[in-house]
Amino acid sequence: MKSAQQTALDVQGGTSSALEELERALSVVRERNDELNVFLHVDQDGARALASTIDERVARGEYVGPLAGVPIAIKDNLCQVGIPTTCSSRILEGWRPPYNATVIDRLITAGAVPIGKTNLDEFAMGSSTENSAFGPTRNPLDPTRVPGGSSGGSAAAVAADMTPISLGSDTGGSIRQPAALCGLIGMKPTYGLVSRYGLIAFASSLDQIGPFAKNAMDAALLLEVIAGHDPMDSTSLPEPSPSLATHVNSGVVGQRVGLVRELIEGADEDVESAVVRARSALEEAGAKVVELSIPEFRLGLSAYYLIAPAEASSNLARFDGVRYGNRVDAEDVTAMMEATRTAGFGAEVKRRIMLGTYALSAGYFDAYYGQALKVRTQMIAAFRRAYEQVDLLLGATTPSVAFEFGSKTSNPMSMYLSDVFTIPTNLAGEPAVSVPFGTGEAGLPIGVQLLGPARSEGRLFAAARVLEIADGRP
Amino acid sequence: MGSPLRREEVAHVAKLARLSLSEDELELFTEQLGQVLEHANDMSSLDLKDVEPTAHPFGLINVVRDDVVRASLERNAVLSQAPDTQDDRFAVPRIMGEAP
Amino acid sequence: MTLPNGWEMVVGLEVHTELKTATKMFCGCANSFGAEANTNICPVCLGLPGALPVLNRRAVDLAMAIGMALHSTIAPSTFHRKNYFYPDMPKDFQISQYDLPINSGGYLDLPDGSRVSIERAHLEEDTGKSTHLGGSGRIHGADRSLVDYNRSGVPLVEIVSGPDIRSSAQARAYASELRAILIATSASDGRMEEGSMRIDANVSVRQRGEPFGTRCEIKNLNSLRSLQRAIDHEALRQVELIEEGGVVRQETRHWDENQGETSTMRTKEEAEDYRYFREPDLVDLAPDQQWQDRVRAAQPVLPAQRRRELVSRLVDATEAQLDAVGVVIDLNLEPFVHAAIDDGVEAPLAIARAANELAAGIDDIERLSQEAFSLTLQMEQRGELSATQAKSVLGELLSQGGDPGDIVRSKGFVQLSSDSLGATVEQLIEEHRDEWSRYCDGDDKLAQFFVGLVMKATKGQANGKSVIAELQSRR
Ligand SMILES: [Mg+2]
Ligand SMILES: [Zn+2]
Repeated sequence: MKSAQQTALDVQGGTSSALEELERALSVVRERNDELNVFLHVDQDGARALASTIDERVARGEYVGPLAGVPIAIKDNLCQVGIPTTCSSRILEGWRPPYNATVIDRLITAGAVPIGKTNLDEFAMGSSTENSAFGPTRNPLDPTRVPGGSSGGSAAAVAADMTPISLGSDTGGSIRQPAALCGLIGMKPTYGLVSRYGLIAFASSLDQIGPFAKNAMDAALLLEVIAGHDPMDSTSLPEPSPSLATHVNSGVVGQRVGLVRELIEGADEDVESAVVRARSALEEAGAKVVELSIPEFRLGLSAYYLIAPAEASSNLARFDGVRYGNRVDAEDVTAMMEATRTAGFGAEVKRRIMLGTYALSAGYFDAYYGQALKVRTQMIAAFRRAYEQVDLLLGATTPSVAFEFGSKTSNPMSMYLSDVFTIPTNLAGEPAVSVPFGTGEAGLPIGVQLLGPARSEGRLFAAARVLEIADGRP
Repeated sequence: MGSPLRREEVAHVAKLARLSLSEDELELFTEQLGQVLEHANDMSSLDLKDVEPTAHPFGLINVVRDDVVRASLERNAVLSQAPDTQDDRFAVPRIMGEAP
Repeated sequence: MTLPNGWEMVVGLEVHTELKTATKMFCGCANSFGAEANTNICPVCLGLPGALPVLNRRAVDLAMAIGMALHSTIAPSTFHRKNYFYPDMPKDFQISQYDLPINSGGYLDLPDGSRVSIERAHLEEDTGKSTHLGGSGRIHGADRSLVDYNRSGVPLVEIVSGPDIRSSAQARAYASELRAILIATSASDGRMEEGSMRIDANVSVRQRGEPFGTRCEIKNLNSLRSLQRAIDHEALRQVELIEEGGVVRQETRHWDENQGETSTMRTKEEAEDYRYFREPDLVDLAPDQQWQDRVRAAQPVLPAQRRRELVSRLVDATEAQLDAVGVVIDLNLEPFVHAAIDDGVEAPLAIARAANELAAGIDDIERLSQEAFSLTLQMEQRGELSATQAKSVLGELLSQGGDPGDIVRSKGFVQLSSDSLGATVEQLIEEHRDEWSRYCDGDDKLAQFFVGLVMKATKGQANGKSVIAELQSRR
């Protein structure tokens, strides 16, 4: 499929049109969406109107933007005016936001054409997109397997060639893990690099919006468009969007890379050997790789599964049947709220709300939530120490290739372990990227993870590009 | 080994979170939450007395905006999304007690 | 009121005040009272999914101004979420300051010389407002409630006093002094009837010198009168309960203004578990010295100081004069008073006319110049206008504006000539020989009796001082 970069060049140059690119995307969606369940809503009319406007502007000789006429899929936890936004939850079914997420505004300004909203694990809680109230999304590379999650729909949209790029959100690995399982590049940027305004919160101190693409250049272009300070988000970094595309081909000569033992520990053999091959590829490209151990990473999962649910329990309190979304009526307001939430949330969401409520409640706060925040401090310090020695860290994105439906649903803890390698970065607020590198069991793609200190996205894309080339991709 | 959680605690938490659980769900959640908390025991053994908690990855401070009025939403656009309204207000069934 | 049998009340107050900002605490919606329902709402203050708060700088300025006026320490602070479900709270949590408030410590000196310590004064957001349908219109017995979120997210400062208050009168004095400070610093308009200042009272009783007793919190007292009545009632209830062998339970109580009593709202066992934790959508607040200095430089002279200045112009001020001074300060009328006194008007007259006539026309005060006020009072003092006439001129100046001399002429307020006043006095002495001889024998109180007669006869046209002069010349 044509890259986003090429699409924008063609549209801006008049060799293609936004409408043409859009219709091609829509036809793939029509062809495969019933089977894969990627989109929960396709906004044909809105997208066509937007595409025509872009074509008119091109005809008038205007510069449209770096993503001129590029169709894009949007995870359905991002608000877009008038477009049904559900978070894959019954509780929000039918809700149409009266405002745009900042990233939506920025995409439109850059000429991109959002075509619809993609499926996810309900409220982004999950690692397989099986926790959607509207049915699971299938992995386009093997429809008997999951696409990963929670941004499974956005990953599948790109993997199925519906759109060249898409947006996801990553709280504990929700971009990187599905990117790995669908053979894509997916990045979780530095916390605060991309505005969260209009992203329906799962865990506010961990959530970041980020790109999916087929190659590093497209991902870099997309991230450049959505990044940069936003006065509507108090946690937004106070600086403009960095230039990233210019760094994609910078290579890794002289870079010091740390292969982290804890980021391959317990991974399947095929995954581990892919990481070892990635190490060689980086070395061959001029990087110096050392092995190191960061034992604090082992505590990430425990800390994460207290911090994220704690924040979620509070973030999801507002779904109470009063102002928007669905309501189940009852005698009094407390009973109404309880009936609404009981009917509206799925099991995994309830589980995490319960866990978070418990962790914050009187008597348990210090032992659980308080302790987890201290582990977070330790984690950040451990990263800092590592980055005193090396420029980047290397490991696996996820312990295995895409797994089969239902294989982890009966035991939440086994599903949670899918995120064991991705979680440390979220706790530290630092960026990381998953790059497809080789294949494993059943010929399915393997994701290799590169991690860097805050604001090192350019360096990460350059390293990702080196692995792409070594993996034989254009 | 028994769950670190008691059923009554789970029931209490469900009430705090405005969720009602069936007996079966109560049973299942007690076990599943117990597993997560048991996993979290790897933290409880650490001596972190002197470690400061981190609630937030970066230490930004004093992020403020100017006190300048911006357009509010159009009322009907908001009310039309509500489950029940009356007299330009959001309607709810009777409230049992005053705010705490 | 004093409690019987050596009992003493121990009271601490929590005062919530809405801040007078242009916009809400975390969004750009207008902060205005009385707008049409649900017109000042946006994704942020309606708690729409995905919306995020951004702190209003002016709210921080005003919170610091309050803290400075209360001699508090301004320190780096954080925001927490206070979690509980309630329909008028859009996110089902309130953003508030918890363990690290912006202002901590401090004190407030009251006009009677007593000092009440301040524990903290922190920032938080207000909730929406519910109306109850069916039943009596109160929350209990209603079938259904309607919520307006215009007030949701309005900035509040909660000022918590130490348990230093020992009488309901002192509680009232504390609240009214605090209110004067809030008004003076422009932090709030202090309108209790509109809910922009709301008070909760923590009340306990003890035998003098004993440790504190168990306290009850009385919620939402919305006038100074209710505050005073509720505290007295609650303290007495606790004393009677203990004297009958009962035990005070720690609980939250509701004050019923009509019944004049408090009743249980929530016991300690039913208390919410708020699950406080750091608000991850906001960053720390740590106003630097420069920011603090900017706020300090804009601090006005505080009411206590202004009161001292005004009282110093009175000789042996009476209770009534002190009350009048309070009104003058509350309404920022002392520039008028000081100007008139500087022009030679006697302080008691200037204060009285400001506290009564100007206060009554406060909404039109921009029409009145200090000069016009002073000129009118000078005419009155010289005897060219009677009190009634002077009040009428002030009324006219406030309602229509203009020049006092013109108003006096157009109203035909020509002072009675001393001849015609003398004749009236002569005639009234003839008609009341008994009273006259008693007056001549030294019963000074009868002077007022004759003044009254003259006023009646002249329909208020006479000047009281001139009448007394006439009487004395004939004594
Ligand atoms: Mg409060
Ligand atoms: Zn607002």
